[in-house]
Amino acid sequence: MTLERAVAPAQRAVDILGGDVSESALKGYLEGLPGVDAVGLEQRAAGLGTRSIKTSSKAWALDRIIELIDLTTLEGADTPGKVRSLVAKALVPDASDLTTPRVAAVCVYGDMVPHAVEALGAAHGDPDQGLVSVAAVATAFPSGRASRAVKLADTRDAVAAGADEIDMVIDRGAFLSGRWGQVFDEIVAVKDACRKADGGYAHLKVILETGELNTYDNVRRASVLAILAGGDFIKTSTGKVSPAATLPVTLLMLETVRDWHRWTGEKIGVKPAGGIRTSKDAIKYLVTVAETLGEEWLVPHLFRYGASSLLNDVLLQRQKLTTGRYSGPSYVTID
Amino acid sequence: MSFLEYAPAPESTSVLKLKDAYGLFIDGEFVGGGGAAFDTISPATGRRIATVATADAGDIDRAVAAARRAYDGTWSRLSGRDRGKYLFRIARLVQERARELAVAESLDNGKPIKETRDFDIPTVAAWFFYYAGWADKLDHAGLGPAPRSLGVAAQVIPWNFPLMMLAWKIAPALAAGNTVVIKPAETTPLTALIFAEILQQADLPAGVVNIVTGAGETGAALVAHPGVDKVAFTGSTAVGKRIAQTIAGQGKKLTLELGGKGANIVFDDAPLEQAIEGIVNGIFFNQGQVCCAGSRLLVQESVHDEVVERLRERMRTLRVGDPLDKNTDVGAINSAEQLQRITALTEAGIAEGAEAWSPDCELPSEGFWFRPTLLTNVATSNTVARDEIFGPVLSILTFRTPAEAVAKANNSPYGLSAGIWSEKGSRTLALADKLKAGVIWSNTFNKFDPASPFGGYKESGYGREGGRQGIGAYLQAADAPAPARSQAALDAASGATTTARPAVKRAAKAVAKTVTKPAAKAAAKPAKTSTRKAAK
Repeated sequence: MTLERAVAPAQRAVDILGGDVSESALKGYLEGLPGVDAVGLEQRAAGLGTRSIKTSSKAWALDRIIELIDLTTLEGADTPGKVRSLVAKALVPDASDLTTPRVAAVCVYGDMVPHAVEALGAAHGDPDQGLVSVAAVATAFPSGRASRAVKLADTRDAVAAGADEIDMVIDRGAFLSGRWGQVFDEIVAVKDACRKADGGYAHLKVILETGELNTYDNVRRASVLAILAGGDFIKTSTGKVSPAATLPVTLLMLETVRDWHRWTGEKIGVKPAGGIRTSKDAIKYLVTVAETLGEEWLVPHLFRYGASSLLNDVLLQRQKLTTGRYSGPSYVTID
Repeated sequence: MSFLEYAPAPESTSVLKLKDAYGLFIDGEFVGGGGAAFDTISPATGRRIATVATADAGDIDRAVAAARRAYDGTWSRLSGRDRGKYLFRIARLVQERARELAVAESLDNGKPIKETRDFDIPTVAAWFFYYAGWADKLDHAGLGPAPRSLGVAAQVIPWNFPLMMLAWKIAPALAAGNTVVIKPAETTPLTALIFAEILQQADLPAGVVNIVTGAGETGAALVAHPGVDKVAFTGSTAVGKRIAQTIAGQGKKLTLELGGKGANIVFDDAPLEQAIEGIVNGIFFNQGQVCCAGSRLLVQESVHDEVVERLRERMRTLRVGDPLDKNTDVGAINSAEQLQRITALTEAGIAEGAEAWSPDCELPSEGFWFRPTLLTNVATSNTVARDEIFGPVLSILTFRTPAEAVAKANNSPYGLSAGIWSEKGSRTLALADKLKAGVIWSNTFNKFDPASPFGGYKESGYGREGGRQGIGAYLQAADAPAPARSQAALDAASGATTTARPAVKRAAKAVAKTVTKPAAKAAAKPAKTSTRKAAK
């Protein structure tokens, strides 16, 4: 195995595993992580899902959910017009109530990045400062089945076009066949390709596609692997594979991030994506983050929802809270 | 305001239609009691909920006689299938009135509504459904063909899971063909009395279940009563021993489910996050007032510090307070007396060298409260490692090898429950073989199922509740000699034999009438209404 040679150096891995980041060191480390008991994990997630968030807490939650959304369109049929419409919605989610906050980012395919950047204009920027950033999926999303050269070119392209965040997919085939070093190398290489002209880096979200990893032990190992390789965020899914985000999987990733924080003091972000369509569901995630990592994680650079239809349901709930009446789908815009 | 200080989410008490005073439930009706009535209070506030009658010796006589009449005249003559129909009906009514029962239980006991809603009441319904299925399959209970019921069962139940314990006792007794006189705990009689209304609603023949309220003397009089064939008790080991002494030589069958000091054993290869959840659930579920609580944590020395640190972190997110708030994790201690006991034992532990830690949480000013507490630096010889505290207090000890874990776990006068946390299945199975505990959980804790027998070793009692073993405790083999005392009891109740036949007919008719057609309707209708109400 040629991979026994050192894999690409990534600072975190060097710090944790020592100077010689070999495939076997990586394997030993990941296999030494505590196991995950599926029944217990799901029971805990279900328990967190029973929290009853009412009145003032609900109002706060709904606004915060909007501020944490990566408003997404990832269709073969996407056009510049569709992206402009999405951006308009991101900036003014509810035209009937201008107190509604903006979403964190719009998430598009790489070739749509220039259109998103243009449509955002002066509102383009860091969501922690109330601006909206542009996230692009890259690395032969969603399957990731392309040569590394293509994946890196895909990434560089999007960054050059102005993407602030790159949502990459891991090579699930390599992961499932035990070639963890290869997965690691690729994330390191993509991270390198995220370097912007000004010397900074686009934020890297690493999509694990948990629906294909299948076991919780795999999810935990892939999470740590992605963090070791330099990921800023770990993200559940592409949204193109079922199941996408689930509460137990997200809880497990949050716990992994908590462990990482315990070990290193470093804060990693988490993004559940796909399948979160209702405010009720989104609030369960909010509760899970708050009770696992604390409220300080409920900020755009540490937690995001990857969603398209969620926003409108949150807006309906928000209208209900402000007006006291249930509204309907005709009172929120489709974009 | 911080998000984690969730806005109040109180469960509405409007479903609860409480009476100001409750009598005894004897022979199908509520009647007054001969003893001095007492108040049942809400432990979360100390405020009175209702006044409840006390049964004196005369009331016990009447209740036992009613049960005997119902046994001879009706219940023992019904087919298993017809008994099953009544039990299914009770189960459905419990489900229909689940919200009301959950609120009442939470109010009277002090436990969080989350637990009564998601655990206690669903388990009650599950128990009746399960044993309803057994009623016509007694040939398979392991006692040979056509086993016989025992007669009148005297049952005394504790305050920690009031309605659930009632279900554990009544469901198998009735399925097997016995009749019942049951005494709920004096601090938590409320749901049993609402359950009496459910029995009326279910048209259960009069006298099949009699509910007598009162304190310890009432229970003592009940189990000692000569008209009783079977005694089932759940509660403290001290009282269990007294009962065993009292009824020795009386020919009564006895099952006891007593105290415990469950060992929760955590190995270094445990699924750690889930182990932390399991430890928390094992000791803080129902404020630790659980006989099978995992109150002795045995942690492998190599992971002790990490486990303690993670436990503390997790405990900081526990929400202690109003039991009726849907977000409350830890409610009130059931009584002033129990609070005093928990406090005294914990203080004794600290005096013996244990270090106590609790999260900062504000406790309500009224009612009975105790902070979730960890005791570290506990030695096996300490009081808090040996005595059952029956509260939210976890004693943490360490071990180095599996052999030491087994030795320490078994080094207790109790033997009710144990938990093993390890990803290595072979080790779990090997260990489970060696642990002297009636129930052993692997990578989980406090899981119950009506099909799974539950009971203890040593001072944790004898006999099993649940499953096939549970129904066996209310049956005897067809060829078993009748106990000597039962003839005397039959003589005492001989007046009943003349009315026996019509009673049977009436009961059979009632079953046919209500179960086949109109009952289905009756059961479906209220369910609809209550759903609508809930939706509003």
